[in-house]
Amino acid sequence: MTQLTLAKAINAGLRRAMEQDPKVVLMGEDIGKLGGVFRVTDGLQKDFGEDRVIDTPLAESGIIGTALGMALRGFRPVCEIQFDGFVFPAFDQITTQVAKFRARSLGTVSMPMVIRIPSGGGIGAVEHHSESPEALFAHTAGLRVISCSNPEDGYWMIQQAIRSDDPVVFFEPKRRYWDKAEVDVDGSAPRPFDRAAIVRPGTDLTLAAHGPMVRTCLEAAAAAESEGRSIEVVDLRTISPLDVDTVAGSVDRTGRLVVVHEAPVFFGLGAELAAKVTERCFYRLEAPVLRVGGFHAPYPPSRVEEIYLPDLDRVLDAVDRAFAY
Amino acid sequence: MTGRRAVEKSTTPNPASGSTKRAPQGRGTRRTTGLKEEPEFIQLLTPTGERIDHPDYPLEVSAEEVRSLYRDMVLVRRVDAEGTALQRQGELGLWASLLGQEAAQIGSGRAMRPDDFAFPTYREHGVAWCKGVPPVNLLGMFRGVNNGGWDPNENNFNLYTIVIGSQTLHAVGYAMGVQRDGGDSAVVAYFGDGASSQGDVLEAFVFGASYNAPVVFFCQNNQWAISEPTSRQFRVPLYKRAEGFGFPGVRVDGNDVLACLAVTRAALEHARSGQGPMLIEAFTYRMGAHTTSDDPTRYRSSDEVESWKAKDPIARLKAYLDREGLADETFYKEVDDEADELAAQIRAGCLALPDPEPLSMFEHSYAAEHAQVAEERAFLADYLAGFAEEEH
Repeated sequence: MTQLTLAKAINAGLRRAMEQDPKVVLMGEDIGKLGGVFRVTDGLQKDFGEDRVIDTPLAESGIIGTALGMALRGFRPVCEIQFDGFVFPAFDQITTQVAKFRARSLGTVSMPMVIRIPSGGGIGAVEHHSESPEALFAHTAGLRVISCSNPEDGYWMIQQAIRSDDPVVFFEPKRRYWDKAEVDVDGSAPRPFDRAAIVRPGTDLTLAAHGPMVRTCLEAAAAAESEGRSIEVVDLRTISPLDVDTVAGSVDRTGRLVVVHEAPVFFGLGAELAAKVTERCFYRLEAPVLRVGGFHAPYPPSRVEEIYLPDLDRVLDAVDRAFAY
Repeated sequence: MTGRRAVEKSTTPNPASGSTKRAPQGRGTRRTTGLKEEPEFIQLLTPTGERIDHPDYPLEVSAEEVRSLYRDMVLVRRVDAEGTALQRQGELGLWASLLGQEAAQIGSGRAMRPDDFAFPTYREHGVAWCKGVPPVNLLGMFRGVNNGGWDPNENNFNLYTIVIGSQTLHAVGYAMGVQRDGGDSAVVAYFGDGASSQGDVLEAFVFGASYNAPVVFFCQNNQWAISEPTSRQFRVPLYKRAEGFGFPGVRVDGNDVLACLAVTRAALEHARSGQGPMLIEAFTYRMGAHTTSDDPTRYRSSDEVESWKAKDPIARLKAYLDREGLADETFYKEVDDEADELAAQIRAGCLALPDPEPLSMFEHSYAAEHAQVAEERAFLADYLAGFAEEEH
């Protein structure tokens, strides 16, 4: 076991993937000498060379478009988008080209590309550095969308994403980059990357979250315990596909579901999960599925982002409302 | 149909791979926005079929090779006419005609080696022909039976790309892959005058230059982006942009198949010898509509179209063949007969394209099982099965 931060765990996962497969190349802005603005690629260019850890011109569409060409040539590009809000120049290439390529080629050419996006708020950043655009990608067939919440998943899920023959949008919770945990770096992946995980068992209510909100939900569950409520926490891990079986299985036991994410609730992951769980668990539900998330407002200036972002109190408020039905 | 063929290497000294490392330069200097103005460009065959030399782009071609260039142009024009006819008869939803651009496509397409990779728009039926893609494959997306429909690696010819300019980045990325593999293949990125305004094309120029990638940017300037003239896209001749990005740009008479062949060969040699990208602006004309849905009489004059008819790429090469006595009536008749036969094959092939099975929409989107897809496929299968039971 090795104690690693999330950033170091992803770094170690990238290193292992590059050691195992010479076709894995990293592409992105400032990922070479600097090691990325969050240092996730720290030291990799030094060890694997400039041909495999490629500092790109400052053009996101260019990064993804050229990565598509590299993948067509047989490489497995791992692209870093520097911040969530900068993915949009590449949105066209991701949704019109990368996502559709395999289907358009009648299955003859896969697109084994990983698009890493540090996402979410809570770090006091300027505009366009704190967003959570996962729903926009989940809406697009052809992509897989996954989200890691802790160092162990960061280490293993990045390797699973790279091994996947499908394009994977890989969200990294930037405010959790410095969270530390023990990681078994030598074993094998503890679970597939397209399955959710119950990270805290409980009997009265299910909290479902991904990425940065998993820790928030675990803290909320611990606080609720002191009030005599037993809360189960599901780390969704995968957003497309969504592991509805695990969530519905949990709700079948608890009868209540609150979905938590930083992204705006309107047309968000919570809405999709609420619809699915309502279909599956209609007769087991003790309360409507509730959502906690961002508001239908531009991501606010950082001095008020704490109000915008779900926190322990907002989660517990929703828990209270769920129990009030 | 013959499809893929390697063009023999020219024995003439190649300016692009010269020891001086001086990049070949075009001679075009004048503004090209005026209709009456003849731009300067590299030309090896005048509109009346007179062979002329260019100091930077010498070309030696055998009579057989010239005849085969003629044949290819006639055949792809016939393929194209059949595409238009099939659309008019309701067998295709849409067709994008290459009429007038045969020389640019056959000249550049024949300059490629089989291992060179082409990234087309949706109009490169002539390049597809040179790369050996069966013409019926091109019809799938226009008929609505698929959204692409072939294996890009089979003939080193990428899928048609409809989003304007996207493929230029793919081409550069592929060329970056070639660099890493250590091969000496090169890549040709096709795009049009309209696409030159797209950010992706300009990013492709930046990436191509930055990594010195073995890519040729081949722009068919056919003067019109649907209804918008080139003056809406650029205020200096397009090929001159290359200099600002740090690689050579040349303008070639896009209706002169010999010039297009010579210039593209030189650019490909430039790329494979490690000297990086080149931009070729093939100055040509879209004789037909943008697509079968377009009505060009609303935005351009018949005088303009007539003036370009006099520069027709096929008539020009035939004038040369006749002038030099390189072909006789038997040859022309054989080519025409072959074209008719090919058209009949394409028509039959088009009509035989099966409609996709409804559930096939779920196929191939993912390499591995995706739970959402599995759920929805099962739902639709059950739903459709319900109708089948009702029919009994």
